[in-house]
Amino acid sequence: MTTYTLRAKRRRAALRTAAFMSPWLIGFGVFFAYPLISTVYFSFTHYDGFADPTFNGFKNWSYVFNDYPLFWPALRNTLWLVVVMVVCRVAFGLGIGLLITKIKTGTGVFRTLFYLPYLAPPVAATLAFVFLLNPGTGPVNSVLSDLGIPAPDWFTDPSWSKPALTMLAVWGVGDLMVIFMAALLDVPKEQYEAAELDGASSWQRFRFVTLPNISPIVMFAVVTGIIQTMQYYTQPLVAGKVASGIIGSSGQPFEPGYPDKSTLTLPQLVYNLGFQRFDYGSACVVALVLFALSMAFTALLMRRRGGLIQAGD
Amino acid sequence: MADMTYALDAPVATPAARVARRKALLHWIGVHALGVAAALFFVLPFVFIVLTSLMDNQQTLTRDLVPDHWQWSNYKKVFDTPGFLTWWRNTLLYAGLGTVLTVVSSVPVAYALAKFRFRGRNLSMMLVISMMMLPPQVIIIPMYLFWAKQLDLSGTLWPLIIPMAFGDAFSIFLLRQFLMTIPNEYLDAAKVDGCGELRTLLRVVLPMAKPGIAAVALFQFFYAWNDYFGPQIYASENPGAWTLSYGLESFKGAHHTDWNLTMAATVLVMAPVILVFFFAQKAFVEGVTLTGVKG
Repeated sequence: MTTYTLRAKRRRAALRTAAFMSPWLIGFGVFFAYPLISTVYFSFTHYDGFADPTFNGFKNWSYVFNDYPLFWPALRNTLWLVVVMVVCRVAFGLGIGLLITKIKTGTGVFRTLFYLPYLAPPVAATLAFVFLLNPGTGPVNSVLSDLGIPAPDWFTDPSWSKPALTMLAVWGVGDLMVIFMAALLDVPKEQYEAAELDGASSWQRFRFVTLPNISPIVMFAVVTGIIQTMQYYTQPLVAGKVASGIIGSSGQPFEPGYPDKSTLTLPQLVYNLGFQRFDYGSACVVALVLFALSMAFTALLMRRRGGLIQAGD
Repeated sequence: MADMTYALDAPVATPAARVARRKALLHWIGVHALGVAAALFFVLPFVFIVLTSLMDNQQTLTRDLVPDHWQWSNYKKVFDTPGFLTWWRNTLLYAGLGTVLTVVSSVPVAYALAKFRFRGRNLSMMLVISMMMLPPQVIIIPMYLFWAKQLDLSGTLWPLIIPMAFGDAFSIFLLRQFLMTIPNEYLDAAKVDGCGELRTLLRVVLPMAKPGIAAVALFQFFYAWNDYFGPQIYASENPGAWTLSYGLESFKGAHHTDWNLTMAATVLVMAPVILVFFFAQKAFVEGVTLTGVKG
């Protein structure tokens, strides 16, 4: 009798859990597991969306890695952005976070001003930066040439387009500022006092008290920054389109990456292959490369020991 | 720093105190000068955008920074552009309905992940995080084929709205982090009073979770407002289904060199987000912090 009620109780609990979890369980199946498996399948087929997909082995894979002219430039750009953009954002975010904890007058106003650009919708912010940095008459270059500083061509020069994007990304550093600010305020006061008693300089206090205390958050910012960079799509695409003067409406062919492939990123290749060249199979190959890279860094976030996001409790 | 206020308030100025006081003042000036410099970097782009949006289109092609005569009619012209109001309506539909669906579907999942004990919970949590980190482009080919070929919904925003009724990974994650901070005693007390799980969730947990829900709602609203890729895939073929973020770019195309109108439209796309932020600043900053702090 008791075991019977116990079992009934357990079954009720399981049903209850399933009921609460059901929206996500369906979502997981339909919007994650199924399309992911399909993507793997399509990557081994020739498929243009009209005729049925036909199996063609590793042909798409070899095409993407050996013959698709945009793949390696996009990967190199991603590497550049990971090294430069992520580091700049983290360093700048930490600097601004430190600054805001030191500001004693008008803290609220400063914090709001520092945070605001993070909220600017990406398309709007990118359009604005392409205008602000336009080589001929943009306000930035006007000011630079008034000061006698040689002004670069920013979004129209292949070697300056990524630095320009980096500036845009650094402008929107508000998210990191808030995270670092919270972490900095969490550092125990006593440790600073002890260091001061020992005669530590302000650099030493930063190096031996602040940094060790916030290093998990710095790591978190770096790893999530890398993951975001893998997904970097809207800003480079819009910057390339607007700067080139070619605004593609849906049907218009548009070679991404202006100028000279310098703003290409992997997600743009999925769009280019899938929705401009109608080569769904090869698009899925790039998608899987993107998937593998993102998941590798996500795994780093979730590592059991020293993991930055605790999946368990 | 605390020692600075102490030094500034010191009534008797011994030589040592005077030195400390001068140091503190210099420190204050240095920090705030840096603060102002940083503020300029963050604010000036907004200032230039607004100034440009008020110029006439001849002047935008000069190196002037300030309008000669302030042409407020630029904003009216933007509103009169065919489609602009439709994009507004579509954006509100996508962002508004999407947000409601996300919250309704994500709260119970987050609650189960935060408070139920069941086998596969940690695995589920890891899968939620993986979904959260998944670039949308990874699964776009099958998803597009699903919505466009099987359900014939391309040219609408429904392929973007409907999935939000099935839980959003980021919202689930953030809400779960928030719900973990609610002490179990409250839930136990509710159960002693004879509440089932659903009633406990609705009567006890939801009122306490308001800040978390507010943060999730804001994030989701902004996500939809800012989304470019989604509308590009599903709505590009039908301008009647465009959103502001997607339409804004074509606006630049239609008005080639009219940077003043493009910047006015840019201001109009940015403004609502910034207004919402001012009204909900606290919830928002709390939400950002929550994403960064370990569970």
